[in-house]
Amino acid sequence: MTEQVAAKKGPAAARDGPGLNVLVGTVKNVIREALTDPVTYLANWGRLYSLWPVHLETACCSIEFGAVSGPRFDCERYGILEAFGSLRQCDLVVVHGTVTRKMAPRLRWIYDQMPEPKYCIAMGACSITGGVYFDSYNVLPGVDQVVPVDVYVPGCPPRPEELIDAFLLLQDKIRKQSIR
Amino acid sequence: MFTQQIEDDKLTVSIGPQHPGAGHFRFTITVEGDTIVDVLPDPGYVHRGAEKQTEYRNYLQSIPMLERSSLTDVTNIIMPYSMAAEELMGIEIPPRAKYLRMIMSENQRIISHLYWMGIQGIFLGHSTAFMWPLGDRDIFIDLGQMIGGARITYSYAIPGGVRNDMPEDFKDRALKVFNYFEKRLVDYERIFFQNPLFLKRTQGVGVLPRSEAISLGVVGQVLRASNVKSDVRIDEPYNFYRDIDFEVPSFDTCDTWARCMVHLIEMKQSMRIIRQCLDKMQPGPVRAKLSPQQRTVVGEAYTRVEAARGAMSYHIISDGSTKPYRVKISVPSFRNLIALKRLLIGSHVADMPAIYWSLDYWPVEADK
Amino acid sequence: MSSPPAKIELPNEEKAILDSVASKLGDKVKVLFAKPNRIKISTRTDNLVDVAKFARDELHFDQCANVTGTDFPKDKQIEVTYHFGSIDDAGLRRVILAVACRVPSTAPEVPSLIDVYPSANLHEREQAEMLGVIFKGHPNLTRLLLPEDWTDIPPMLKAYRLPGRLESE
Repeated sequence: MTEQVAAKKGPAAARDGPGLNVLVGTVKNVIREALTDPVTYLANWGRLYSLWPVHLETACCSIEFGAVSGPRFDCERYGILEAFGSLRQCDLVVVHGTVTRKMAPRLRWIYDQMPEPKYCIAMGACSITGGVYFDSYNVLPGVDQVVPVDVYVPGCPPRPEELIDAFLLLQDKIRKQSIR
Repeated sequence: MFTQQIEDDKLTVSIGPQHPGAGHFRFTITVEGDTIVDVLPDPGYVHRGAEKQTEYRNYLQSIPMLERSSLTDVTNIIMPYSMAAEELMGIEIPPRAKYLRMIMSENQRIISHLYWMGIQGIFLGHSTAFMWPLGDRDIFIDLGQMIGGARITYSYAIPGGVRNDMPEDFKDRALKVFNYFEKRLVDYERIFFQNPLFLKRTQGVGVLPRSEAISLGVVGQVLRASNVKSDVRIDEPYNFYRDIDFEVPSFDTCDTWARCMVHLIEMKQSMRIIRQCLDKMQPGPVRAKLSPQQRTVVGEAYTRVEAARGAMSYHIISDGSTKPYRVKISVPSFRNLIALKRLLIGSHVADMPAIYWSLDYWPVEADK
Repeated sequence: MSSPPAKIELPNEEKAILDSVASKLGDKVKVLFAKPNRIKISTRTDNLVDVAKFARDELHFDQCANVTGTDFPKDKQIEVTYHFGSIDDAGLRRVILAVACRVPSTAPEVPSLIDVYPSANLHEREQAEMLGVIFKGHPNLTRLLLPEDWTDIPPMLKAYRLPGRLESE
């Protein structure tokens, strides 16, 4: 039963099983989590539905990120709103593509200035292993040695649907974590 | 932004890579009151060493790497490379391939200009002018996807011709899209280009006179807005631009408004070019027979193409082997960078976003 | 493998340029090749500024489109090529004039053309940091594209091998 459900609706549905979908999860899940650890549940619920990414464009994947903010793929319905204000009010940094040796310290400074809890998505093949530019003299072979990465999105550039899938994976990850 | 007081009345402001108004680029401006007195551009944040990497790959293998330099303008950035490689290999591509290259090139121009319009809208504070162009851009990306196969990076114009032919329903779909978009452009003119706030913020702002534009070596929309009717498609026609009927816009006001209007008119002309290409194309092969390890003659080639941002050229020196000896890319954004300093000095801080983005400086392309 | 190329008739503008160069500059330059739309001449470094002034004033080439630096370790020389284009003269827009000069790799010094062609400013800076060529007279030969803490040899020299590749490649 769970396999059939998983095949149709994804891993979240397999864990929750069939049930009434009420905004944030199935009814029995909401009740279970709200009763056992209400504070964690509420804090995670608040965090995962308002992930605000920093406006830091590292390389060419930023175009697909712009397309995700556009009307067809609309990431704002997941709460992902690019806060054009200060980076002190952001909690997500999406590394768009290649990180060069000049950009790496700046990326680290920006990551350090963000308040906790903060998350990082490595978007594109270049930020995972260096991508097409793996042998270049000025490109880092992967960004996870500079900032800790939560979700890796392969692709060159990843399609906007893949990036939205990455956001959903990150939301799943936050939903399961305990408060720090 | 990072500010520092250097004298009693002067302040330096560093507008760094993490800034909604800068992109992947940093420049430091020195302000005295509200006027900018000095500009120091600091490019290089996306310098990936593409020129060195071409020496380790043969001509076909470099194509996916080079096209990622300018993701908004994919077909145009590899076309001069393919043309130079064909000149060095001594082959001629079939006519249908030339028409297909022109169709994809003009489609890419529209996509690039729509992205430009979205960002120009958001820089001036017009968020509808950000959402509408990004939405319409997806329709043209779908057109490109019908021929190329991928959303953006299709590596289409390879040495020898193009990779594949277009599907049969492309022509009907393209004409439908153009009919829709021509009506949409009327809406864009009403909400954005004829908006009194847009006119107030761009007319008379950032003036670059004709003589300075020529001596500074700017290209593309910046040059055409300074009263010079120059475009590589009419100066040195490649593919079949000689047989196609189209106009090259130019204005004599030399300001930011003129640069914006040039973008708008070029979009209309691109649709006109694609319509004529679709009518004139004849069936035939689309690729000349080439092996991936094709040898070249000893010599050099210098080819030019009109990319979405201006004239782009490649200088390839070959020593007769399957890999190029030296590839030098001359990118329109890099050539226009010199105008940034000239235009920002003397203007107000509040005019900076309008002037900066009207130059259409794309840092990923300029850093190669 | 293929038959030798047929003698191509050069258009009038290219012929006029070649005649002008031959008569006014004489032995200062050598014509390396002349194809339709592309002419390449080579000169020595002490004549470079005069040739550039001649191209700007007499031949009406008003923009520097590109500067290429190439390392030839077999000859122990670096070749710096300037590509000039014309905008004001509409009939000449299709022609690109390339002026090349070779300098020894151990002392790569070329006079800067920034006073003759302001458009060469950033191109010269880029080739200076990529190849180590010193453009004498350029007011600001600082880092442009490479990171500030670059301590290796200039990367476009053939002696610099990409760190991500094997020695055999």
